[in-house]
Amino acid sequence: MSNQSVREFKDWLAFIIGGVCVILAMIPLLSILADVVLRGLPALNLEFLTSGPGVIGQPGGGIANSIEGSLILVGLTCLMGVPLGVISGIFLSEFGDNKYGRFIRFLNDVLSEFPSIVVGILAYSFVVLTVGSFSTIAGAIALSIIMMPIVTRATEESLKLVPSSIRDAAAALGIKKWRSTLSVVLSTGRNGVVTGVLLAIARIAGETAPLILTVLGSQLFFSGLTKPVDALPLRIYRLALLPYASAQQQGWGAALVLIAIVLTLNIGVRLATRGRMSSVRS
Amino acid sequence: MGETRRMGQLRRPTSDDIFVIQSGIFASAIIVVLVLTGYVLVSGSVPVWSKFGRGFLTGTTWSPVKEVFGALPYILGTIVTSLIAIAIGVPLSIGVAIFLSEMAPHAIRAAGSGVLGGLIRTMLRILSSGIELLAAVPSVIYGLWGLFVFRFWVLDYVETPLSKYLGSVPVFSGTPFGLDILTAGLILAIMIIPTVSAISREVMTAVPLAQREAAYSIGATRWEVIRISVLGYARSGIFGAAILGLGRAVGETMAVTMVIGNAIGAQAIPSSLFRPGQTMSSLIANEFNEADPTSLHPAALIGVGLVLFMFAITINVLAQLLVWRVLKIKSGSVE
Amino acid sequence: MERPKVRTEALNAWYGTNHVLKNLSLDMSEHAITAIIGPSGCGKSTFIRCLNRMHELVTHSKTSGKVILDDTDIYSRGIDAVSIRRKVGMVFQKPNPFPTMSVYDNVAAGLKLNGMRNLEKLDRAVKRSLEQAALWDEVRDSLFASGMSLSGGQQQRLCIARALAVEPEVILMDEPCSALDPIATAKIEGLMTNLKEQYTVVIVTHNMQQAARVADYTAFLYLGELVEYGETTQLFENPKNELTERYITGKFG
Repeated sequence: MSNQSVREFKDWLAFIIGGVCVILAMIPLLSILADVVLRGLPALNLEFLTSGPGVIGQPGGGIANSIEGSLILVGLTCLMGVPLGVISGIFLSEFGDNKYGRFIRFLNDVLSEFPSIVVGILAYSFVVLTVGSFSTIAGAIALSIIMMPIVTRATEESLKLVPSSIRDAAAALGIKKWRSTLSVVLSTGRNGVVTGVLLAIARIAGETAPLILTVLGSQLFFSGLTKPVDALPLRIYRLALLPYASAQQQGWGAALVLIAIVLTLNIGVRLATRGRMSSVRS
Repeated sequence: MGETRRMGQLRRPTSDDIFVIQSGIFASAIIVVLVLTGYVLVSGSVPVWSKFGRGFLTGTTWSPVKEVFGALPYILGTIVTSLIAIAIGVPLSIGVAIFLSEMAPHAIRAAGSGVLGGLIRTMLRILSSGIELLAAVPSVIYGLWGLFVFRFWVLDYVETPLSKYLGSVPVFSGTPFGLDILTAGLILAIMIIPTVSAISREVMTAVPLAQREAAYSIGATRWEVIRISVLGYARSGIFGAAILGLGRAVGETMAVTMVIGNAIGAQAIPSSLFRPGQTMSSLIANEFNEADPTSLHPAALIGVGLVLFMFAITINVLAQLLVWRVLKIKSGSVE
Repeated sequence: MERPKVRTEALNAWYGTNHVLKNLSLDMSEHAITAIIGPSGCGKSTFIRCLNRMHELVTHSKTSGKVILDDTDIYSRGIDAVSIRRKVGMVFQKPNPFPTMSVYDNVAAGLKLNGMRNLEKLDRAVKRSLEQAALWDEVRDSLFASGMSLSGGQQQRLCIARALAVEPEVILMDEPCSALDPIATAKIEGLMTNLKEQYTVVIVTHNMQQAARVADYTAFLYLGELVEYGETTQLFENPKNELTERYITGKFG
């Protein structure tokens, strides 16, 4: 009898401990969101969002060049990373049911968990040194190396969900496999691919380490593919380390902008795919 | 006449064949990236290996001016912060995973399908989404929060009391001021929770119903079912998840850089949790841009990068093998 | 019998080491419906998939023997499987319209993806195919609705229209009505009778009454071998083979 109540107590205790774990895990998220909003909101005004940096240490100025830089970097990265990732994903899904495919898939998973600073070193050695200066293109290349495995995986998994009857129907019509894959199969699985791309964008928008080594950061607006450029996460990093309260507040403001973009993408994707079997792990 | 034909007999390459080859080339870009990375790291650090040999890995002096480089403090820094991350983060993640995947569904069933049940179900969905959103927060924002908020929490609620009562223990020695190894480790712990808990949930849900039913049928409580059937079966998968978390912690840069205190050389040896330190990745982020290209400094940093690369590859390959194997066995046995 | 449109000579097929079709020689006449019947696992589906070279799309599959369309062995060297599939169309057991395309685009898919761009030609082809598939009246006002918005029977007729649009010579049907209700089934059976005037139809069915209703010729397959073949009325009323007789009287299968 008493043994039973001990067991039930343990059961109840385990439940409580589990719940406490969840709460402990949620506290940082809530605190981050609260702090970013509370400390960053005061910094948000029209000037902040539309003008470049002012004098360091004095109030005024803004992050417009960082926002512009981030947009350009994301755009360039997508230009390179999305086709690379999608086509790789097509290969793995349609032709990858063999040793080589499994090997590539494995490498893909390894690369997606990689220290991004090492990617930065790679891009530095190959692009910055070749071009001769820290440059936008170097940053975009680094980011597309980070983006590629995410898009590949998302593409492969959503194409795998396309039923084989669709492929059979297209084949029976006498359509070549490459045509049917690109026009019919990819189109049927496009939701998953778009989801993957959006999540990848959210990820690279927040990447900082590789950018330190490739684009350096800048006080100026975009001045060319072979010149340094600024980016939101970079600016947050630099502002946070300055010993001036005004700079730090701007850092929080920039963080608010960045987190707004990233969370909108993530929550938007989550809402749009609610209830569907999507297993895109970032 | 009656020749046996197999699929794929020799014939002129068609546009479909070209498609396979071209997409295969794209997919192989990964191999190129990994190989190039290895090449860059090895060739870029050769000067430092030839000058110090294995001393690079065991030395503790780091002086760009004197051109003496030893990476041991940073290797230790990475190891210690990552171990803290796992020690705190993995149990928390397993707790979260158990709660969300095993216990919560029970609570929903117990609460019924009325308003209360619906409320609990929604709350649980919000909680599990919230945990996943932790993963979406950029590292630099973790760092920002760590620098201005979290470090004071750690300082006030953890470090100061620990220092007061256990200050004589070497690991807790020194006056804490918040930007140190402990804070870095704790922030890493938070950052790995989404990954480790998500994978743990996946392997736990893959435990076949039959296993659970066997335990229920002998009158086990919910917790006992979890302990006996689920955790036992999913053990290696959870282990794999922990290793993946370790891989994440090892590679994390920005959040660590902003809260670890940035010590250099012998000062960076993690002799106490309350001392500022440095990890391999935070070192590179701090010093790379300022390193004088004519000196040995960049090569030394790339050497540190090489060590980091080896760590990350080994850990990640190990983790992938474990998790893959477990999930494959699961799906194989379910069929 | 008139000249056979399609005939097989000593056709063998394997899935891996599994010998599924054994030395099948069968004639299918033009402008007629040939039904393939037999118990599950007898190889009926594999057989018709050999007629349009779809069998070879399965990994570890193998074939030997000849399949002669008009006067050409479709398995001979130099013959492109994709071009064969344009001449020999197929309708599947479960309707499978392309989910992201409208009714119009589904029917036009075979033509568009093979390069046809002329909008007028496409419009005409779509209308003609939908009329032949007895679907035109039902969809003429909603051609651009999604293909998936149709009922099961309508979707199957959409798939038939899609197959007809590329103007094949032979139409293969793999148990086309097994996923449909009796009314939809009746519509498609009526359709088949019209189609045979222009095309050669080969249908696989596990429903003997259906074969008796629509087919001119019937072939009975058992464990991968051709047991008996002849005019439908003769096969059902006066089977020559004892095995055939046992099957059609329901003693097994």
